[in-house]
Amino acid sequence: MKKIEAIIQPHKLDEVKEALKNIGVDGLTISEVRGHGRQKGHREVYRGMEYEVDLLPKIKIEAVVPDARMEEIARTISATARTGKIGDGKIFIYDVLEAIRIRNDDTGEAAL
Amino acid sequence: MNRVVKLLLPYCALCCAPLVAQTNSAAPAINAGDNAWMLTSAALVLMMTGPGLALFYGGLVRSKNVLGTMMHSFVLMAVVTVLWAVYGYSLAFAEGNPFIGGLHYLFLRGVGAAPNADYGATVPHETYMVYQLMFAIITPALISGAFAERMKFSAMLLFTCLWSTIVYFPMAHMVWGKGGLLNAFLGGKIPCFDFAGGTVVHVTSGVSALICALWLGKRVGFPKEPMKPHNLVLSLIGACMLWVGWFGFNAGSAVAASSLATSAFVATHFGAAAATLGWLLGEWLKNGKPSMLGGISGAVAGLVAITPASGFVTPFAALLIGFLAGLFCFFMVTAVKNKFGYDDTLDAFGVHGAGGTLGAILTGVFATNAINDGLKDAAGKLVPLGLIDGNAGQVWNQFVGVLISWGLAIAGTLVILKVVDATVGLRVSRDQEIEGLDLSMHGEEGYNLDA
Repeated sequence: MKKIEAIIQPHKLDEVKEALKNIGVDGLTISEVRGHGRQKGHREVYRGMEYEVDLLPKIKIEAVVPDARMEEIARTISATARTGKIGDGKIFIYDVLEAIRIRNDDTGEAAL
Repeated sequence: MNRVVKLLLPYCALCCAPLVAQTNSAAPAINAGDNAWMLTSAALVLMMTGPGLALFYGGLVRSKNVLGTMMHSFVLMAVVTVLWAVYGYSLAFAEGNPFIGGLHYLFLRGVGAAPNADYGATVPHETYMVYQLMFAIITPALISGAFAERMKFSAMLLFTCLWSTIVYFPMAHMVWGKGGLLNAFLGGKIPCFDFAGGTVVHVTSGVSALICALWLGKRVGFPKEPMKPHNLVLSLIGACMLWVGWFGFNAGSAVAASSLATSAFVATHFGAAAATLGWLLGEWLKNGKPSMLGGISGAVAGLVAITPASGFVTPFAALLIGFLAGLFCFFMVTAVKNKFGYDDTLDAFGVHGAGGTLGAILTGVFATNAINDGLKDAAGKLVPLGLIDGNAGQVWNQFVGVLISWGLAIAGTLVILKVVDATVGLRVSRDQEIEGLDLSMHGEEGYNLDA
């Protein structure tokens, strides 16, 4: 099992969700996060007080998938979330030791 | 039981006194239209404090202080009302000496349905009293912008009670009370034009705000930590309510549904509009972007500056006063504040102190008897009002009026801060400040999004 963790532009979330649904990925978790890679932030001014905002809003998608489907799913996310500009985000893939379905204690890929 | 009744008797008598006066009064002098407008205006001015100012200020602070900040405005609607009923109205509007009113209206004795010809010949005296109360409420609420996010709630209550008593009631008497030192219409020695409270409301509150900001010192982390306004949408709603409420504030100050009220209404609106554009222009040129916060700050600055002038100036003078106020206050809250580094959290001084001072002086320039025919000489001829009428001396009178307001505000506020600091203590602890006033002072939070 692999965990795919993708940090993407917030406005790309719906498209990515739809694409994953279409290739049969049923389970995923998303969170609203802030961060930056190479993308520059922006400047905000409130009554003369200036603030550099360099942590920008992003969406983190996490999905644990069977080893065999890992590459296909990662490619789908990458292709869908891409705008071609700096700030599109990154995808990280981790090994997963175990998965347990809380409802009935299924384990391994059966629990996904 | 008997003892309780006996104890309450004097109070009951007190409560009934105005009712008795009402039945004996000469009702015919009251004009229904005037009274309707004045009651509407009173309601509009109350709306400026709650929710207007509460939203405007509440949106500008960090989310951990939103309730504490709104509470500063809201609780004054209750506190000042009680002070006003017991002795405030009397100290401000009863005949006394040039500096402070007497005690004839203590507990609102004799303030009933019969008009007071000096203040409003066609509305019940009680209408005038409650209209003026709304001004007494918003003025100390304006100061709270300077000590937001770091003052103890108990200190704020004590500060306000003392400030109303020592600064506001005397200042209102000097400018609007019969026989007051600066009252141009009712026998003042230094005739000063202040139609709706440029000196009484905005200079006093704005200057006191600066003293508070200097005395209390900066917020923990200022200016290194980001302290962005947490919700400018709230601030926009609040500012627009202030703009609308200000029609009651200024046009209501005609104390009649008269053509003078219309003129003040137009001047008010024009002043706000031009100041909005003035601030936005300054910001656009300096920062490259015109902001929503800049727009609403400009509108409030214009409303402040046009307040003393509103019943004296033509619509085009109002546009000019507003535009200048927008640019001037923009300069004050950006360049001047940053240069001196004081933490006037919500710019009560930069907007109300600076805008009020500018407006009061410009009133001496642009006041004209073509708009306000309230002053006539012994022969019944209109006297020239401002510089454009040929009365250059009025600018000096306005300057003296402003000087007295500044002096009283500085001296009064310093004394009060010292007393409050020595008794209940002014500032919350560092931990309480970091936690936020909502939790540390009030035990609640503004946004329980997971509730």
